Amino acid sequence: MSKISLIVQREYLTRVRKKSFIIMSIVGPLLFAALLVLPALLANMEDKEIKQIAVIDESMILTSYNTGKAESTIPETEYLKFITLEDVELESLQENFASTGYYAVLFIPENVITSERALLYSDKQPSLDVSSHISNAMEQQLENMKLVAHDIENLDQILAEVATDIKVSSIKWTRDGEAKKSSTGLVMGIGYVSGLLIYMFIFLYGSMVMRGVIEEKTSRIVEVIVSSVRPFQLMMGKIIGVGLVGLTQFMIWVVFTGVLVVGASTVFGTTLQQQAPMEQVSGNELFSQDKNVQGAVEDFSEGEAFMADIFGAFESVEPGKIIIAFLFFFLFGYMLYSSLFAVVGSAVDNETETQQFMLPITLPLILGIILMANVMQNPDGPLAFWFSIFPLTSPILMMVRMPFEVPLWEILLSGGLLILTILGTVWVAGKIYRTGILMYGKKVNYKELWKWLNYKN
Amino acid sequence: MLTTTDVVKDFQGHRALNKVSIRVPKGSIFGLLGPNGAGKTTLIRIINQITAPDTGSVSFDGKPLQRDDIFRIGYLPEERGLYKKMKVGEQALYLARLKGLSNAEAKKRLKYWFDKFEIGSWWNRKVEELSKGMQQKVQFITTVLHEPELLIFDEPFSGFDPINVNLLKNEILELRENRATIIFSTHNMSSVEELCDHICLINNAETLLEGEVSQVRNKFSSDIISIGFEGDPEKIRSGLNKRFEILEIKENGIGKEARIKLPGGATSNELIAELLQHTEIHSYNEVLPSMNDIFIQVVESASGKNTQKS
Repeated sequence: MSKISLIVQREYLTRVRKKSFIIMSIVGPLLFAALLVLPALLANMEDKEIKQIAVIDESMILTSYNTGKAESTIPETEYLKFITLEDVELESLQENFASTGYYAVLFIPENVITSERALLYSDKQPSLDVSSHISNAMEQQLENMKLVAHDIENLDQILAEVATDIKVSSIKWTRDGEAKKSSTGLVMGIGYVSGLLIYMFIFLYGSMVMRGVIEEKTSRIVEVIVSSVRPFQLMMGKIIGVGLVGLTQFMIWVVFTGVLVVGASTVFGTTLQQQAPMEQVSGNELFSQDKNVQGAVEDFSEGEAFMADIFGAFESVEPGKIIIAFLFFFLFGYMLYSSLFAVVGSAVDNETETQQFMLPITLPLILGIILMANVMQNPDGPLAFWFSIFPLTSPILMMVRMPFEVPLWEILLSGGLLILTILGTVWVAGKIYRTGILMYGKKVNYKELWKWLNYKN
Repeated sequence: MLTTTDVVKDFQGHRALNKVSIRVPKGSIFGLLGPNGAGKTTLIRIINQITAPDTGSVSFDGKPLQRDDIFRIGYLPEERGLYKKMKVGEQALYLARLKGLSNAEAKKRLKYWFDKFEIGSWWNRKVEELSKGMQQKVQFITTVLHEPELLIFDEPFSGFDPINVNLLKNEILELRENRATIIFSTHNMSSVEELCDHICLINNAETLLEGEVSQVRNKFSSDIISIGFEGDPEKIRSGLNKRFEILEIKENGIGKEARIKLPGGATSNELIAELLQHTEIHSYNEVLPSMNDIFIQVVESASGKNTQKS
């Protein structure tokens, strides 16, 4: 046992002290934080640039003269201005477009009602925001005009009565009759992120085990080592050591990302809040359980309401259970695959030869990722059930199902099967490994591996 | 010290060792000889408990070989190396601790050896920065550091530069002085004559020859006598009884030497008596075959037998 701990120590320390580990520890969280914070910041920055759009309205339908001069009826936003031009030819604009300073030119043809088509000219690709803002505004106004043309009495009142905006809040009934707020979006988010993290972890650190084995083989130190320890101890020491490296990295990421996100939101707090309404719209769709959420948004700062929503929903998915399950599938999924990676490493002489053996390892992993979407859509269906029980895909897919209240027996069955499979694979891997590491210059195929498996000692 | 009894090891399709028995006396240097692929490394791996024999047994110090005995064995494999990215000192410490030494004890002994080889300044350098010869010194230290009673060197001279070969030879002799038992496998026959007390020759998974070096050489003595003499070589040529076949007569700065084959039944005394009639004898030596000759002779005759059989 003390030998394994020596090996674990070496595997751990040499990797943790590597520059690449330290860099990854810093860059990883920066990346995650950037993913969380940057889109908001960027959207914010982009909006600040005021875009002027020239409008040539030949139909005259979308032009009003309320203030005495021609104005477009397309509503302006803080950063989007419309200037209606009269008696200007499109061609002349095209000739000296660059000098006009316009972002784009909107051309509304005379027959816009029948053709349902307008043209947006620009020397660059106009952003989706701009074009969708214009088309939404035009659609709405033209629809209104058509309705008005039908000459219905009390039209405005009818429209106001007809307008509906349904928000579905899901309330979960627990066994003890309590009603809990739940949030499908958050639940899906948690499942998706944990499944993806497990996939990443298995790939990153599984192949690190494989490279470690190859390194020992090519540097020819392995025979020196196995004259002191059993090959099985060496293999397990490596798997555990690298696993701990992964866990350490993961913890650093979690803490660091947290610090960065909190830090970033305090520093950029004001700008983020300005930007919040847009996010709040999508946030409301996903997270609102409260009919008065609009009111809440007005009363509290949006950020607080948003956080309250998350925490409320988070309680409904039993974080303790999810964290335990995550650590379980995280570690044991890694164990299962890293022992397979160790076999591949022991069978080859260098990294380029690993290709032929990688397929059976990567296939179930990628299958797991592909099935994630299906499982999220129907977390209780037969597909979700069977693949979250099947040990090669269960670490990913059970985690995806986990936040959706999986029956305990299914979790236990999946976990038990996973452990049994690990015992089996580690045993098989150990047998192939101890022959493989001492084998040089041999073209190895699956038949050869099968032979090694059957060698006595 | 170490005996193997009828060790058999099969790999799928071929037999690597067929009833191999060796006896390594305590405090001796034991040469394990044989052509490539004869099964030497497999036997060494069995002694190191890297693999287990299919049948047969290994006993160490009179008792069946046990797992803990690996702490009493030092092994320098033919395929040897070090972690390239690790620092020299750390690595030596790690390997020593895997052999059961405590951290403090390992450090103390490493200091002794690093001083002895004058490589103390390498402690914090990475292995990949060292030359091959430097790495060999480190490897040697890690092999002997836990003061094993039994040392096994598999092809120790392959890949070592001449300076390190010499250093290694001296260390091996010194280790024997300190009552360590040493097994080494090699192709280098001159080093066998120089170092080994006992040998075992393995070919095609079987033991062909085993015993003390002097006995083996006597057994293969070809009854050729070398005589140093003074006088006219022609006198010997013409005068010597035709029973004795003169192989060659050489003259050089040191003196004159004749090589004469002793026929079956004739004794040395008869030859001397005969020679004294014709010349003055300075020296009389039986020419023993070199280990190299024995090696080639035995292996070739064995493979000759095999081809006849098949």
